Amino acid sequence: MSAPFDLNDDSVVVIIGTGAGGGVLANELAQKGVSVVALEAGGRYLPEDYVNDEWESFGQLAWLDARTTSGDWRVAKDFSGLPAWIVKAVGGTTTHWAGASLRFQDHEWKARTTYGDVQGANLLDWPIDPREMDDYYTKAEDKLGVTRTGGREGLPGCNNYKVFEAGAKALGYKDVHTGRMAINSAERDGEQACQQTGFCFQGCKWGAKWSAAYRDIPAGEATGNLEVRSRAHVLKIEHDEGGKVTGVLYADADGNQQMQKARIICVAGNSIESPRLLLNSESSMYPDGLANSSGQVGRNYMRHMTGSVYAIFDKPVKMWRGTTMAGIIQDEARHDPSRGFVGGYELETLALGLPFMAAFLDPGAWGREFTTALDGYENMAGMWIVGEDMPQETNRITLNHDVKDQYGLPAPNVHFDDHPNDIAMRNHAYKQGAAVYEAVGATRVFPTPPYPSTHNLGTNRMSENPRDGVVNSHGQTHDIANLFISDGSQFTTGAAENPTLTIVALAIRQADHIAAEMGRGNL
Amino acid sequence: MTNTNATLTRRQLLSRSAAAGAAFVVGTGYVASTSAAWAMEVQHLQPTTMATLIQMARDIYPHDHVADEFYAAAVKGYDSEENAETVEAGIAALNAAAEGKGYASYIDVGWERDRVDILRSMENSAFFQAVRGGLVTGLYNQKAVWPLFGYEGESYSQGGYLNHGFDDINWV
Repeated sequence: MSAPFDLNDDSVVVIIGTGAGGGVLANELAQKGVSVVALEAGGRYLPEDYVNDEWESFGQLAWLDARTTSGDWRVAKDFSGLPAWIVKAVGGTTTHWAGASLRFQDHEWKARTTYGDVQGANLLDWPIDPREMDDYYTKAEDKLGVTRTGGREGLPGCNNYKVFEAGAKALGYKDVHTGRMAINSAERDGEQACQQTGFCFQGCKWGAKWSAAYRDIPAGEATGNLEVRSRAHVLKIEHDEGGKVTGVLYADADGNQQMQKARIICVAGNSIESPRLLLNSESSMYPDGLANSSGQVGRNYMRHMTGSVYAIFDKPVKMWRGTTMAGIIQDEARHDPSRGFVGGYELETLALGLPFMAAFLDPGAWGREFTTALDGYENMAGMWIVGEDMPQETNRITLNHDVKDQYGLPAPNVHFDDHPNDIAMRNHAYKQGAAVYEAVGATRVFPTPPYPSTHNLGTNRMSENPRDGVVNSHGQTHDIANLFISDGSQFTTGAAENPTLTIVALAIRQADHIAAEMGRGNL
Repeated sequence: MTNTNATLTRRQLLSRSAAAGAAFVVGTGYVASTSAAWAMEVQHLQPTTMATLIQMARDIYPHDHVADEFYAAAVKGYDSEENAETVEAGIAALNAAAEGKGYASYIDVGWERDRVDILRSMENSAFFQAVRGGLVTGLYNQKAVWPLFGYEGESYSQGGYLNHGFDDINWV
C-alpha cells in the first residue's frame, strides 16, 4: 500500500523524522490526501523485534551517533558522549517513551507573563491561546488512547505505585493516581491491553502503548499517500535563489547520497538533530544556517528539570513488575513561588531493571555505599521528577567542528548549565520525594542525578515576534514559508508535563494548517 | 564464562597450586577458588594478575552474596592479547601501591578497607576507571547474577506480570 514517490517529485511534503511530531504529522497529512515522503534515519522495528533486556535493547534502539557535551550538568561528566537517551528508529522515541500524557496547565502557555522577568532566563509566552489547544488535546488523547480521558479507565496500580500512593497520601497529597497514560487499560479497536510486563522503555511487545511505529505510520501508509524511507539520514536541506527550500540531501540505507525534491519540508528530528540540520544547511544566502535570522536556532535548549528518588524498605517491593511509569503526584505541578522557585514539577513512579539501576543510580560511584544500595534492589521503590526548566540562551546545540559523524558532518555539542531556578526546584523535589517514601518506612533514600535527556525541547522555539524565535504559532519558520518545524524543538517553554501529548497535539494542528494553506494555494 | 573443571578434585588442585591471597589459588595457566568450586583458564595474563584483578573487581563492587566466579566472569575479557599489556601494567601499579604501604602485594592485604584505600589512591587512573566502567555491565548485566538480587527480568514469555504478582505487595 505504501506509495513510492519519485526523487524528482517536487509536489510532495518531505518530513524528516517519524517520532511523536513527524510520525503523527505524516499520518495526519496522508489522511487528508497530501502526498508525503517521510525520511527516517533509523530502521524499522516492530513489537516482535523489541527486546526485553535493557542493554540489548539500548543497542538496538538508541541514537548513538557522535555527540559531545559541555556545561555544568552532571550528564556531561557521567555520560559525556550521550547527552540524550532517544531513539533512532521508525516511530522515533515513541518506541521508548513511558506513555505519560499530560496537558499543559493554562498558565504554562504564558510563562513570561506568569513568572515575570526571571534573571538569566529567556522566558517568552507561547503565541498560542490555551483554549485553542483544547480540541487538539482531545484529538491527541483519543488518538493515543490516553487513560483517564475520554471515558477510558485508569490502569491498575503495581507494587511500585502502591508504595508511592501510600506515601503520597500519608503526606497529604491529593492529586495522586495511576496517571493519564497512552497505554491501553482495556482492549481497544483490536489493540491489546497492558499486561504489566514492564520494559515500557524498550518498546511495548504487546503494542498496548501508543507508538507511531505501529499506529500512525502504518495507518498513514495504508492511505497510499505516505512513503516512509527508513535508514535515510538527512544531511542537508537545499534551497533556491528565492530562498524557498526545494529538497533534501540524504544518505540512503546503502550510504549513497540521494536528493529528494519537496514542495514543503517539515523538520522533526528532535531538539538536537533539528537545529543541527538547520545549522549544517548553511549557504551563502543563509550563512548562519536556515531560518536563523533571529540567531535563536539551537538556543534555549531545555531538558526538563529532572532527577529521581529511589528508596529502600525493610520489605520487598519488586518495582520492576508492571508498567515502568505507573503513577503520578500532581500536587507540586502548580506555580507557587512561595516554594522558592517559579513553575512546578510532577512526581511519577519509575522502575529500572538491575542493569540500568547499576548504571544510573549514582554514575561513577563504587564501594560499599553503592553496592549496599543495589543489595536492596528487591526492596526498592522509585520515582522520577519532571519539572519546568528555564530556557537560557546559552544552553544550546552548536556544531562541533572537531568531531565528525559517520557522514563527515560536524557533530552536535549539547551545552547545558542548570539555572538557579532549576536547582531550587530539584532540591525541593528531592526533599518531597524522600518524604513520600519516608512516610511509609523507607530505611534509606537516594536523590539520584538526572539521566541523559529524554525530553529535549526548545531549540527552534515558537515566538510571536520573528526576532525572538525560529517559528510562528504553526511551527512555520519565520524566515522560510515552506519550511516547518514539527517536533519538541518548537516549544517556547517546557511546562512541567511530559511533552509527547503536546507534540502530538501540535502536529495534528500543524497538519490542519499545512493542508489548509496548500488548499488556498499559499504553500 | 568460567570453566568449572569437574575432573579436578580439590586435593589435586591444591597440590598443583600456590595460594594467591585468601580466596584464590593459582597454577600454570589457571586461577581457581581456594575451595576449588571453580577454576578459570588464563592464556594471556599471569594467573596471579587475573587473581588480583578478580579481587579488585570485588573490592570495587563488593556484594557478599555474589560468589567470586561472577566477578571472574566479569573480568575474563581482559585475558586477551590486546589487553594483556595494559592489564599487567595496571595490576603492577596496584601492587606497587600496596608495597608502598608495606604489603607484599595487593592481594595480600587482609582487610577490604585497606585495599579500598589503595584503590582510592588510584581511582582517577585510566586503568581503574576502565575496570570500574567495564564492571557496570560486566557484572550487573550477567543474567546469572540477576536472581541473586531478586531481579526477575523479562516476563513477556510468561504473559507479563499481570498474573504474576505485579500488585502483590502486602505491607502498604
